[in-house]
Amino acid sequence: MKKSRIILFILALLIWMFLSWPPDYQHLIIGILVAGFVSFMTGDMFVKRAHLFKHLSRYLWFLYYIPLFIWECMKANIDVAYRVAHPDLPINPGIVKVKTTLKSDTGLTFLANSITLTPGTMTVDIDPEHGFLYIHWIDVKDKDMQKATQIIVQRFERVLKRIFE
Amino acid sequence: MTEIIGMVFIVIGLIFDLFGCLGLVRLPDVYNRLQASTKCVTLGTCSILFGLFLFKGFTASGIKSILGIIFIILTAPVSAHALARGAHKSGVKLCKGSVCDKYAEDKG
Amino acid sequence: MRRLRWLSGLILIIIILGILIFYPLPSMLEWQSAFLKHSFYVLFFCGVFCLWRILRGPTAADRAVAIDILGILILGFCAILGIPTGREWYIDIGIAWALQSFISTLALAKYLEGRGLEE
Repeated sequence: MKKSRIILFILALLIWMFLSWPPDYQHLIIGILVAGFVSFMTGDMFVKRAHLFKHLSRYLWFLYYIPLFIWECMKANIDVAYRVAHPDLPINPGIVKVKTTLKSDTGLTFLANSITLTPGTMTVDIDPEHGFLYIHWIDVKDKDMQKATQIIVQRFERVLKRIFE
Repeated sequence: MTEIIGMVFIVIGLIFDLFGCLGLVRLPDVYNRLQASTKCVTLGTCSILFGLFLFKGFTASGIKSILGIIFIILTAPVSAHALARGAHKSGVKLCKGSVCDKYAEDKG
Repeated sequence: MRRLRWLSGLILIIIILGILIFYPLPSMLEWQSAFLKHSFYVLFFCGVFCLWRILRGPTAADRAVAIDILGILILGFCAILGIPTGREWYIDIGIAWALQSFISTLALAKYLEGRGLEE
């Protein structure tokens, strides 16, 4: 797989250049050597499906995903701060099971991370074969699987399906 | 002007950090503590680093603070997820007022 | 009784933070750098909460959570410390510390999981 190695090389070089910021030719030479060595050794372990990187619409949907994520994150923080500072601790915790239709590893990872940083929910375990997610919910509104799926997952799923599938 | 906005971001981050660590002390259970502290401390530290970026501009430490934001947002939920799974497998029960535990029903 | 405890804790926190931040009252000219120099006492206070949870935690998982949170707090500590002192390498220390803390948290989680399986 040649294409995946080139993508990994470009990513590693970018991170190296940002870490040694004022750009300099000595840093550039060392960075090219190290990034080439790393991408030669790891190969296609990191980037599995390289053909997804040339679709432009995925980048546009990713740009739409960032403000959505930041807005949900702000709401989550204000919600948690209210629950912590209230004298009676208004919590009602439990672990519920939801179903997702995402299949790829990167999509599942991003879905789990988004669920962890949004109001009141946190991923405990993933069952990738059947598409189940076990979620700890600080204020359980519904124990049923379908309704919990509607409330928790579907905000992000329709965007993430366009990015990673 | 950017320095004033940066200070506002830093103060917001400090307040959220304080609430997160207060939740670490007050809440009754491992999973609830993990929720409160991961969310609040992640966003609080990201806000502090963004304030540092506004102070410094595009210098070495400013760019490094942006890298730090991306790094924290990617890694903090992963470590929370791993810790919750490890705690459940090592046999920590949910606290007294919990409603349901589908994970224990499924995995035995 | 519960409300009373909550109120007394709130008053205690406000008094301690007020003394730590505002005690040597900064003059109007240099209030910005003085406030930044004093504001990392808030993060110090958060660290004290984390250490209390490490000391008191009933199970091993609580202690692992507190260690994870302490690792992220130190990144913020180093970032704030870099502004009034004007030294740029504090943020390097913070990023390296957060990386090490992430890897050690994953190792701790693996350890918790494995011990449950053996019992």
